Amino acid sequence: MSEPALLEARDIEKRFGSVVALRGANFDLNSGEVHALVGDNGAGKSTLIKVISGVLQPDGGELLLEGQPVRIHNPQEARRLGIETVYQDLALAGHLDAAGNLFLGREKLMPPPLGWLGFLDNKAMHRRAAEEMRHLKIGIKSVERPVLTLSGGQRQGVAVARAVAWGTRIVIMDEPTAALGVRESLMVLELIRETRNQGIGIVMISHNLPEVFGVADRITVMRLGQTIASFRRDETSMEAIVRMMTGAEAQYLAAGGSPA
Amino acid sequence: MTQQTAPTQVEEPFEIEAPEAPPAPLRVALTAFGNFWILFFLLALIAYFTITSPNHAFFQGFNFKNIALDTSEVILMAIGETFVIVTAGIDLSVGGILVFSGVAGGLVMIHFSGTVAQTSNLQYPNASVAIPLGIAVGLAAGSGWGLLNGLLVTTLRLPPFIVTLGTLGMTFGAADLLSGGTNLASVPTTFQNSLGNGTILGLYAPVIVALIAVIIAFFLLRFTRFGRYTAAIGSNEDGARRSGINVDLHLIKVYALTGFLCGLAGIVDLARFGTENLSAHNTDNLDAIAAVVIGGTSLFGGVGTILGTVVGAFIPTVLKNGFVISGIDPFWQELLVGATIIVAVYIDQWRRRRLSK
Repeated sequence: MSEPALLEARDIEKRFGSVVALRGANFDLNSGEVHALVGDNGAGKSTLIKVISGVLQPDGGELLLEGQPVRIHNPQEARRLGIETVYQDLALAGHLDAAGNLFLGREKLMPPPLGWLGFLDNKAMHRRAAEEMRHLKIGIKSVERPVLTLSGGQRQGVAVARAVAWGTRIVIMDEPTAALGVRESLMVLELIRETRNQGIGIVMISHNLPEVFGVADRITVMRLGQTIASFRRDETSMEAIVRMMTGAEAQYLAAGGSPA
Repeated sequence: MTQQTAPTQVEEPFEIEAPEAPPAPLRVALTAFGNFWILFFLLALIAYFTITSPNHAFFQGFNFKNIALDTSEVILMAIGETFVIVTAGIDLSVGGILVFSGVAGGLVMIHFSGTVAQTSNLQYPNASVAIPLGIAVGLAAGSGWGLLNGLLVTTLRLPPFIVTLGTLGMTFGAADLLSGGTNLASVPTTFQNSLGNGTILGLYAPVIVALIAVIIAFFLLRFTRFGRYTAAIGSNEDGARRSGINVDLHLIKVYALTGFLCGLAGIVDLARFGTENLSAHNTDNLDAIAAVVIGGTSLFGGVGTILGTVVGAFIPTVLKNGFVISGIDPFWQELLVGATIIVAVYIDQWRRRRLSK
């Protein structure tokens, strides 16, 4: 490899007491690509992204950011390094508007002296939020409406916009379409492509294989705490992925089938 | 009301680009009523008591003074309660903190303003030192209890309901212990004359204190980062935490602020009556919570308005005052305020269901 990957996880191990959640997970991500993590429940996908986002500390292995080893002790540190997570529940404050959510914890204050008293510069935040939404082509009527009045897809849009608005290089998305209907899911997939086109690397966990094949550039399969295979999308098929996820691959090959 | 605006629309829960249905007049009227019903209710109460009171005694300057003074204490507590309820918490200890702060401040004032022989003869040679000291002690006592509430809620991870129910009992008990179970002997008369009955620009001092608190709280909740964090925590505590907000620290600040305001209310109470009546505040929490939820703040957190609370705070005091003046048994007041809380929370739930549809 000529240029180091944006993010690389090498031989990550993680135990919870006697339970081994990760036993050597390897993963890498480049700028401007969507890399999907697939696997059955309990395969270790969530644990792996929690290690990357600083929520969990690995017991072994190392993380490299642009070739440099890093230790990420907490989500704040991950964020400083340009790694944002869009949680499955989105973690939005429903009563605040899109702009309020976009800037939550990073509010823009008025110039002094009002800023010293903590007065918010809502105008600037609304303007910036509207720009961000346009940038990602998120169709949202007003950034000044409480987020709980928005549709599920629009809320996902707000959560993604919040994730990429801060000079982010890596966005981790946990089941971004799990709670959505068909049309909303299509909208979110479009949003993921748009985000990738901005040069951001996206790690996506999904159970929905047609979706994965619709949007991912690469697919890594996890099983029993290990990353067992990694493909470019056009190198593999849904059937092959399912076989690997369920562990049927070994039996399939033993019975004389051809790989991938 | 969606049935009326779009009766035949096919179920499309994820409609994205559809133009918004034009608001039906009935829907607009109901929404407006949902926001302002309490103001109509208050005006109706005032009209009712004006008509039913002998010689229309309700609608007179002297009576409005009483209502304003009573309400200023409720407002101070209810402002703090608004911040707490917007975080999706509750503070049941407000009346207890008021009494404790009044007793603590009053005792300090009496003790430091002269010898026992002097003060029992209503002589207060050192009043100019003792009064500010007493005020400071009262405010500190209130803030201290609020701080304790906040620390218990955040460090022990106990529901605010339980923590403040506990400190409600503790504050009343501690106030009884401090005062020996009897109402305080008279505090310095200059204190009563200045802060209790004194006026500035025609406004009574307690009213001015409440007014200043209202203005500051209005801006604090609506336009500052403090208010934004308060709403964010009430809306989605976990989300706020994951956004990097120090949720525990903020909650401690909110409970301490409420304690401070209750301390302030205790000082005002002491100044108005020249004593601290130990049993007059047992249902202050009912009044404060009623003011907040009647005023449109959601008991489930995330949204609230200070101005709504101010209007809401008049309901319990107008009811109490009106019943006394109209010769109706004032025990009806507690009954009605309790019922009003239930109605107000029901309306809030109905609005939330409609909003999230």
